Amino acid sequence: MENNQNFINDNYLNYVKSVSPKTNEKRSLIRAFLVGGLICSIGQGLRYMFQYLVGLEGDELAAYVSAVMIFLGAFLTGLGVYDRIGKFAGGGSIVPITGFANSVVSPAIEFKTEGYVYGVAAKMFVIAGPIIVFGVASSVLVGLIYYGIYNIF
Amino acid sequence: MRTFYYKNKPSIIGVSSVGGPKESAGELGEYIEIKSNDDTFGEKTFEKAEKKMLYTVIDNSIKNANKGIDDIDAIIAGDLLDQIISATFSARSFDAGYLGVYNACATFTEALTIGAALVDGGYLKNVVCGTSSHFSSAERQYRYPLELGCTRPPQAQWTVTGAGACVIGQGEGAKISCATVGRVVDFGVVDVNNMGAAMAPAAADTLYTHFKETGKTPDYYDVIISGDLGILGSRILTDLVWQKGYDISKNYLDCGAMVYKNAKKEYQGGSGAGCSSMVFCAYFYKMLREKKLKRILLMSTGALLSSLSSQQGESIPGIAHAVCIEI
Repeated sequence: MENNQNFINDNYLNYVKSVSPKTNEKRSLIRAFLVGGLICSIGQGLRYMFQYLVGLEGDELAAYVSAVMIFLGAFLTGLGVYDRIGKFAGGGSIVPITGFANSVVSPAIEFKTEGYVYGVAAKMFVIAGPIIVFGVASSVLVGLIYYGIYNIF
Repeated sequence: MRTFYYKNKPSIIGVSSVGGPKESAGELGEYIEIKSNDDTFGEKTFEKAEKKMLYTVIDNSIKNANKGIDDIDAIIAGDLLDQIISATFSARSFDAGYLGVYNACATFTEALTIGAALVDGGYLKNVVCGTSSHFSSAERQYRYPLELGCTRPPQAQWTVTGAGACVIGQGEGAKISCATVGRVVDFGVVDVNNMGAAMAPAAADTLYTHFKETGKTPDYYDVIISGDLGILGSRILTDLVWQKGYDISKNYLDCGAMVYKNAKKEYQGGSGAGCSSMVFCAYFYKMLREKKLKRILLMSTGALLSSLSSQQGESIPGIAHAVCIEI
């Protein structure tokens, strides 16, 4: 590498950092708060609805609310609306369960052109896969810690 | 020496360009030969759409040059997709030789450099050079599904849906007089969203080498055009070249920065292998033919990464080839 000008050029990287546009954090936070809050409010509204009108409670109630929210996320993805919401809201529409639905449905739609087995089925969890893996792994870890604490004390 | 002169100055005798909906509505939309409102071009997949675009411009450029396929000795083409399938599958439909080339978004001037050399040396009579890119096919290969709700960082660019091709031969038209072959330059940028910053050092290296080896200064050209550095990358290039003692701020344009209306809305502007070919074939070639421009330096810029290389933590090497075209 000595005779080559190709090396990590810290001066250049610092310069690039100084001229690159920054994400407007305040604006992103406000948008994420508003949209994320709205999605959660819809979820809470559904919860009240199922609780008082249908009379559900406990785990059943939670499952119903999640199912409807997942359906809404998937439906809006299919209509091509969710990516626009996401462009505006950033993390605000990624974090709620609707974002999870979006991350499963969007590759499923996209890779339909490669067939149902190698396309839809194989690529469906391209984005959601890591979330599931780390979700399961961390829940096991937390479970072990909880078990340890419970047995010691 | 990386700069060489074409003794017989081969001509660009026919061009053709095609653009998608966003490009046709863009700043240069009126110059694009085939404007489409449908980004699938009537095809079932975006890869097939890209192939159709490239096929169409190759076919049309041959017609626009008043030639038939029998007159074409070779097609030199490339694109961004794995195994350059758009180029290869378009060439499948032509009864002509085929050379597939890849230098990412710098493929167009790479093809011009090679094509002009083959014609200049008298080895081949007429050669078609073309490249294409498609936003949706590039997006799924390099980034995320289209419908995924994620935000783009402000330094990101938008892949151009478009293609351009030109026929190089002997005859009436803008002439290719010299070329500078680029070097792979890597200053260690790892941000895959900041292609402008990754490619600018390579562009600066090619420009500097071109000026040094030809003894020319920037004002020798009516306009110096880079491929797809975008607004940020253009600024960085101007700065880098300035540090080497050349001022290009007065006569410098970037295809990516000029392709969309209100480029700011697409953050840094357009990118992609089809960006420089579409803009050159649609706009600059016309300007040359109408003698509004007499001498231009076209320098497509490429970021030579793959999705694997960046996942393995590699930085992004850049490349740029410059071609001098005059009337």
